[in-house]
Amino acid sequence: MNEKKTERLKSAFAGAVSGIMNGLFGSGGGAVAVPLLERTGLEPRKSHATSVALIFFLSISAAIGYFLGGNLNAGLVFPLLPGGFFGAVLGSILLKKIDNGLLRRIFGVLLIIAAGRMLLK
Amino acid sequence: MNLLIGFFAGLIASMGLGGGFVMIIYLTVFRQCTQLEAQGANLLFFLPIALLSMFLHTRSGLIDWRRIPFAAAAGIVGALIGTFLGAALDESLLQKLFAALLLITGLRELFHGRKAESAAQ
Repeated sequence: MNEKKTERLKSAFAGAVSGIMNGLFGSGGGAVAVPLLERTGLEPRKSHATSVALIFFLSISAAIGYFLGGNLNAGLVFPLLPGGFFGAVLGSILLKKIDNGLLRRIFGVLLIIAAGRMLLK
Repeated sequence: MNLLIGFFAGLIASMGLGGGFVMIIYLTVFRQCTQLEAQGANLLFFLPIALLSMFLHTRSGLIDWRRIPFAAAAGIVGALIGTFLGAALDESLLQKLFAALLLITGLRELFHGRKAESAAQ
């Protein structure tokens, strides 16, 4: 199998697993998407940025499901958006500059906290 | 408060570090939302934040768009499978298994060796 095919297959695998997690638990897709994207040969910063795009497309289909179920409350979300946009701009600047090793360690700590919360629930 | 929570959630989300947990804890603990409402709001919040982040990350050359079509297509199929499985299986056991997987991934990311770091770059 040539390199391009392997890369596509691994990307599809990363997408499929994060999709299954999102469908099962409503979240957690990103947590598996990032390390799986790293395995397709992307450096950590690119894996994180690419996972945002992947989760965006998965979230659209999930949001449609929530909308049909009547569980989307726009009034709750609008006041949070201005701060969110500032955060996104700063996050994008940080991601451009952050050291790959440090990014992995921060991600590791956040994953451990998330796992702890799930185990204690 | 809305500005601050939005800011941190947006910052973490744009860096592909999750962000959902900030929003979901805030909405369930401080705003008395149900888990489902909070997940829906988090999803709705994420869409515009991700869109802005995707634009900025693309300008920084951090998103690998070649991988997206394969990953997203497989992901949407995966999400359907996940939703279906979630209805058919015992979710509390799955959640514990998923937490264990996150814990292992988190520890590996936190204590990754220098060798792995240089190999990933």
